[in-house]
Amino acid sequence: MSSAEPTRRDFLYIATSTVAAIGAAATLLPLIGQMNPDASTVAAGAPVEVDLAPITEGQAIKVFWRGKPIYITHRNRKEIDAAREVDVTSLPDPQPDDARVKSGHDQWLVLVGICTHLGCIPLSHQGPYDGFFCPCHGSIYDTSGRIRSGPAPANLPIPPYDFVSDSKIRIG
Amino acid sequence: MSGPSPNNNAWPYNLKTDTGALYEAPTYTPRKPIMRWMESRLPIVGLLYSTAVSYPTPRNLNYWWTFGAILTFMLGVQIITGIVLVMHFTPHVDTAFDSVEHIMRDVNYGWLLRYLHSNGASMFFLAVYIHMFRGMYYGSYKEPREILWILGVIIYLLMMATGFMGYVLPWGQMSFWAATVITNLFSAIPIVGDPVVTWLWGGYSVGNPTLQRFYSLHYLLPFAIAGVVVLHIWALHVVGQNNPAGVDPKSNKDVVPFSPHATAKDMFFLSVFCIVYAWFVFYIPNYLGHPDNYIPANPGVTPTHIVPEWYYLPFYAILRSIPNKLLGVVALFGSIVILALLPWLDTSKVKSAKYRPLYRQFFWIFAIVCVLLGWLGSKPAEGGYVIASRVLTAWYFIHFLIILPLLGRIETPKPVPNSISEAVLKKGSVAATLIVGAVGLIALVAPRAALAQDHDQPKPPQLKWSFAGPFGTFDRGQLQRGFKVYREVCQNCHGMTMLSFRNLGEPGGPGFSPEQVEAIAAEYIVKNAPDDRGDINDRSARPADRLPAPFPNEQAARAANGGTYPPDMSVIAKARGYERGFPQFVFDIVMQFQEAGPDYIVALLKGYEPPPAGFKLPSSTTFYNGYFPGRAIGMPKPLSDGQVDYADGSPATVDQYARDVAAFLTWAGEPHLEARKRIGFQVMIFLLVLSGLLYFTKKRIWADVHGHA
Repeated sequence: MSSAEPTRRDFLYIATSTVAAIGAAATLLPLIGQMNPDASTVAAGAPVEVDLAPITEGQAIKVFWRGKPIYITHRNRKEIDAAREVDVTSLPDPQPDDARVKSGHDQWLVLVGICTHLGCIPLSHQGPYDGFFCPCHGSIYDTSGRIRSGPAPANLPIPPYDFVSDSKIRIG
Repeated sequence: MSGPSPNNNAWPYNLKTDTGALYEAPTYTPRKPIMRWMESRLPIVGLLYSTAVSYPTPRNLNYWWTFGAILTFMLGVQIITGIVLVMHFTPHVDTAFDSVEHIMRDVNYGWLLRYLHSNGASMFFLAVYIHMFRGMYYGSYKEPREILWILGVIIYLLMMATGFMGYVLPWGQMSFWAATVITNLFSAIPIVGDPVVTWLWGGYSVGNPTLQRFYSLHYLLPFAIAGVVVLHIWALHVVGQNNPAGVDPKSNKDVVPFSPHATAKDMFFLSVFCIVYAWFVFYIPNYLGHPDNYIPANPGVTPTHIVPEWYYLPFYAILRSIPNKLLGVVALFGSIVILALLPWLDTSKVKSAKYRPLYRQFFWIFAIVCVLLGWLGSKPAEGGYVIASRVLTAWYFIHFLIILPLLGRIETPKPVPNSISEAVLKKGSVAATLIVGAVGLIALVAPRAALAQDHDQPKPPQLKWSFAGPFGTFDRGQLQRGFKVYREVCQNCHGMTMLSFRNLGEPGGPGFSPEQVEAIAAEYIVKNAPDDRGDINDRSARPADRLPAPFPNEQAARAANGGTYPPDMSVIAKARGYERGFPQFVFDIVMQFQEAGPDYIVALLKGYEPPPAGFKLPSSTTFYNGYFPGRAIGMPKPLSDGQVDYADGSPATVDQYARDVAAFLTWAGEPHLEARKRIGFQVMIFLLVLSGLLYFTKKRIWADVHGHA
């Protein structure tokens, strides 16, 4: 097999093992693919609509989209101002508040309520900034959901969403 | 650091060299320092080398000896696909059937994995039967291989238990009633029978506790099998393989190293075996199953004709042939246990049937008796079938208890060759090979001969379907028309709750656009999740929703339909069929016939006619239909000409409606049919190429051996 010039025997062995290896690799596809989300899970991950009308100022509700808790907070003036007064460059994950809400809808903060540290669910209206506080490892977020202190590396993410009307959003 | 010495107990036979000295087995000598370091601490490479590389195998083994490797492969396939299926299956009476359909419909390649597993069980048993009959023909159970054989019988018993419990898991009608009948075998035990059965069930009848324990054990037992397989192979490697000549190898010229010789041969035949396996998986995946198992378990109704899977049929026939409950069960278990005694029941010193003219004839009689018992096991227990079962059951035991002990004393064997080399010069017959193949195939297909039916009931005409055959695809227009018929007619009484609206737009289906699917869904009302006040409101359906059932529950459905329950139609095309008869059912394998369901549906929908003179309908709410079992159906004639408007100009006739709705129901029951056939073709081409290459590789490897012979 190690002679410089390949023989017919070598070619046969190489061809056979190549074809067998391709077959083995192809067999892995369904075995791996079956662990990806199935069609019903994908279909159930379709966008959801949320009516904002019943949410009063200062109130936060939790809805689920793709199995993730989504915090929808109706912020009051004080909370909005607190989020906007801070020097953005001083933040661990610098991001202005107006980049985290839809323009004209400053009072509505929509967040994926999953701590960016290790996936626990932060508590709403808690902590020194009265934003979010993660009880697992002490990460503290402000009223814009930005990380201020603690082990979490990033701000609470904003899910994809749009205002269908002034009082209705579509998440996803 | 040397590997195992040739005289340790992992090295079989007393092989001599030309000079008469003891032949030294090649051992593994690690060359790299790291391997030397490893080998002196854990000599696993050396162990593998001497068991799977240098291990001597008789040079005259024929292809019947490749089934050990095939069985190992099948055990692996069953364990891997099984572990994967478990990730998606829910072992609960309320959800088991649904979760199997979820696997078939939604899980990526779920249909493939499930069909590999369900047909894999059949292939596993096919291979084990060939393996066992090979052992019987060549006397592989005789001294010194008794323990090896008994371990094999234990594996076989464990396989039967595993296969049975696996069959229960989908929780269809056959699952439920198989569980009931088989567990009731234990009620035959005197005094403690009933408590034992209650204990097996975990209740007063087969129910959720039964399903869950079977699930647990079905997961456990394959690993027990794997453990006994290790012992089986260990025992094999101590005593060495038997061979067609039945004489032990005497010199190193009688053997070839396991690798590459036996490995190449095993690989080639395994690849050929996989072609058969793939044929079933991709083209006739439900051929070996039973339509009734696509009907969800119903503890209130036993199917009119219940039969086990084909691989248990001979034993089922033995059970039913004895008119006494306890003795029937004793005979059933006795017929398996007796196999373990075979090494002592066969008194002949000659191993191979090649040199036992009388035994060879009785072997074939026995093989045919087993196949016939299988056929009888699939027949109803009545009349001539019972008498035939009794005769053959008697023969089964006579073979073991009288013929085998006697033959060893009265038979004059032909001269046994002195050595394997001498035997190789006289080639065995190809005829025997062909006979074994034919018997194996008949054993596999015999049960199909047998859905019990009213014999003068007409057979549904066999229709031409666009989705039949290896390249079949659905006619999109026909599926859309069929869906229209379903919506305007069938849906008034029948649900299709396993179908989601989104399926209507998925590839391989009716091909509705996403907008059409949304619009169709929006016409249906489903229940929303509870709102803030806990009220459950209605909302329009979305593509992700399943089709809502027309009635909230079975009782409401019955109340609205004169006491008849209109079955859910999600898998109805797979849950219905008809007896194909001999020899048609044999051709069906080659012709890939899988369309008994749609044929039956069309025949039924068109089969309404006035009852013939002398036929009395059981009640005023039933109607005469020649194709319906019992001929009195609760559903009034559902279709009439002109009832549904077709926009595409297809004839608005009952015939066309029936064909269209049957095609639609076939798709609904098997939404990935097109993908299955497409992937099947690719797999077939691949396996043919691989088998060809492996054949030439094997030939090349064996060239020097055959050259010497």
